[in-house]
Amino acid sequence: MNRRVMDLWVGVFVVIGFAAVLFLALKVSNFSASSFATTYEITAKFDNIGGLKARGPVKSAGVVVGRVAEIRFDPQTYEANVVLKIDSQYQFPNDTFASILTSGLLGEQYIGLDAGGDERMIPAGGTIAKTQSAIVLEKLISQFLFNKASEGKKDAGAQ
Amino acid sequence: MRLIERFFSVIGANTIDRVWRLGFAARFFLAMLSHSGETFRRPRLLLRELYASGVLSLIIILVSGLFVGLVLGLQGYDTLQRYGSSEALGILVALSLVRELGPVVAALLFASRAGSSMTAEVGLMKATEQLTAMDMMAVNPLARIMAPRFWGGVLSMPLLAALFTAAGIFGGWLIGVIFIGVDEGAFWAQMQANVSFRDDVFNGIIKSAVFGVAVSLIAVFEGFDAVPTAEGVSRAITRTVVTSALAILALDFVLTSFMFRGL
Amino acid sequence: MIELAGIHKTDEILRLMTTPYVEINGLDFAYGDRQILSGIDMQLPKGKLTAIMGGSGCGKTTLLRLIGGQIKPDRGSLKVAGHEVSRFNERELYGMRRRMGMLFQFGALFTDLSVFDNIAFPLREHTRLPESAIRDLVLLKLEAVGLRGAAQLMPAELSGGMARRVALARSVALDPELILFDEPFTGLDPISLSIIATLIRRLTDALGATSVMVTHDVHESLAVVDYVYFMAGGRMVGSGTPAELRVSTDPYVYQFVHAQPDGPVHFHYPADNLDEQLLAGAA
Ligand SMILES: Nc1ncnc2c1ncn2[C@@H]1O[C@H](COP(=O)(O)OP(=O)(O)OP(=O)(O)O)[C@@H](O)[C@H]1O
Ligand SMILES: [Mg+2]
Repeated sequence: MNRRVMDLWVGVFVVIGFAAVLFLALKVSNFSASSFATTYEITAKFDNIGGLKARGPVKSAGVVVGRVAEIRFDPQTYEANVVLKIDSQYQFPNDTFASILTSGLLGEQYIGLDAGGDERMIPAGGTIAKTQSAIVLEKLISQFLFNKASEGKKDAGAQ
Repeated sequence: MRLIERFFSVIGANTIDRVWRLGFAARFFLAMLSHSGETFRRPRLLLRELYASGVLSLIIILVSGLFVGLVLGLQGYDTLQRYGSSEALGILVALSLVRELGPVVAALLFASRAGSSMTAEVGLMKATEQLTAMDMMAVNPLARIMAPRFWGGVLSMPLLAALFTAAGIFGGWLIGVIFIGVDEGAFWAQMQANVSFRDDVFNGIIKSAVFGVAVSLIAVFEGFDAVPTAEGVSRAITRTVVTSALAILALDFVLTSFMFRGL
Repeated sequence: MIELAGIHKTDEILRLMTTPYVEINGLDFAYGDRQILSGIDMQLPKGKLTAIMGGSGCGKTTLLRLIGGQIKPDRGSLKVAGHEVSRFNERELYGMRRRMGMLFQFGALFTDLSVFDNIAFPLREHTRLPESAIRDLVLLKLEAVGLRGAAQLMPAELSGGMARRVALARSVALDPELILFDEPFTGLDPISLSIIATLIRRLTDALGATSVMVTHDVHESLAVVDYVYFMAGGRMVGSGTPAELRVSTDPYVYQFVHAQPDGPVHFHYPADNLDEQLLAGAA
């Protein structure tokens, strides 16, 4: 094997190998979106996070503005502390409302942020005061059945 | 009773033999690492091995990757469309390739293509006294023969795995978007939104690097340790392929359970 | 007879004047339980060509491997240039080997390198010579063994005798101080044989090297060597200068020099009587 031909082939191999890695980083995954952008952290407390997972999206008006970084249980308040990593280019007012929503009927859960009207913005490391927990399907159903049952009792009492 | 006794004594002897060989391999590994400086001071040595283990494995890696992607595309679409979520095909193809199939299948192919030829080469050099001759010329075969082959394999493996994965995703795209008609925008956008660089792609690269170390080490060690006869070398090649496959699958399990535990 | 004794005397004096480059005393070696060499004493004087002769399997190659430091003696001492080889660490051992050339019994050419690159290998590894100087050196060595025209062939394209000549050229590529030739004459036709024999003699003289040559070719080697050791069954059984050996009445030496089938060295590996075994097979 001629040396120069061999060098050429090794060069080609290394170049297309790195091209494949770049393809995986830029086209297949979200390297450009998440790994370069600087972020800041804010915390939100929820009574119940349902099926929310770390790395789940944080959306505002349907646009992804950050990701769930960490979910911890607070043994003092018996609440879930959810740490959100928000893209530094987005700021949210102090009275922003965070709720856990589901995409589609049975899809993945994400955090939705509804901006309020406050002049002051949530600082890095700050907390979201107003939150709404996940809607847990079983609770919804049992509540519905309970209401029906008590309605039925009322009906029976009226007769 | 005698049979049981013999059974256990055979198992015991085998185990001791295995452990001894493992220790020997570990010592070989350390000695090879300590003689690796020359490999990087003389790029020509490394270049030759990158050619032998990287370039010569390209065709089989790309073709197999493409076919795995095509099959994933077909099977994935068949399952997903039952739940009306065929646009998630991109995620399915990409995640399974990036996390598991890419590193694992590429490493298995690498072991049988490049690993076996590494063992054969080193084993035959040993059988024909070339390693001894080199040693007698005051050239350490660890530095001149083993280390460059090892590092060539270690450096090629992640690139080959990335190429396998890329070829597979291309195959999935070919089936999903071109033949079946899944929406192209949804295919890529869903994939990009759900595949994380750090947790999926980067972990996949780490995996393939670990497999590269394991397979290359097994290959050069088996060659070095081969009984210096035609039969001994052929046995060593078989052992390289079998041991590598087992090591890849076991390591994959361990790495996966560490990397993706939180998900 | 008086004349012969005189030659004997001067040779002995010459031998004593030159310091031994390799000195072996009371050396034992065993592969596992199998004793291969026992009580070997041997001196290789500097600048001399010494031959080791002995039956197949008597441990000649093993002795060369001991000198090269590939294996270590169980007992006794083996000194090269005044240093005990078995006490060398890796760096010192490589230091010694750099000044040593070895021709392997089976050639051991690097099969993935051409003839040219095989001979250039030690030069490229151990010197910083420019490629043009390496080229000249390699071509000179190849010319000496008569294979300059085969420079671009691969080892697989060589005949057995050609391969040995290439290996010979490679073993002296670095102009070593100590050269070990393991059967340099096997596979050579009578013409090349005498050319190679004189070549080894000339190389030894030109380089001032200490050479050892394992060989079975009694007559050709008696013509060129300075001293001969005879081995049998892992022991030294005789030694002397060619002139002494030609007139020696020692049974071992006599059998070897005159190629007698009967004597202390047996051609046959110990076995039952042939007739009895054949009859037993027929029955
Ligand atoms: N690696 C080894 N392990 C065990 N025994 C060996 C080994 N190498 C050689 N032997 C044994 O040592 C003895 C001496 O071998 P050696 O190669 O030194 O013989 P030799 O004198 O060079 O013979 P020949 O003239 O046929 O080359 C032989 O009987 C051989 O069976
Ligand atoms: Mg021999």
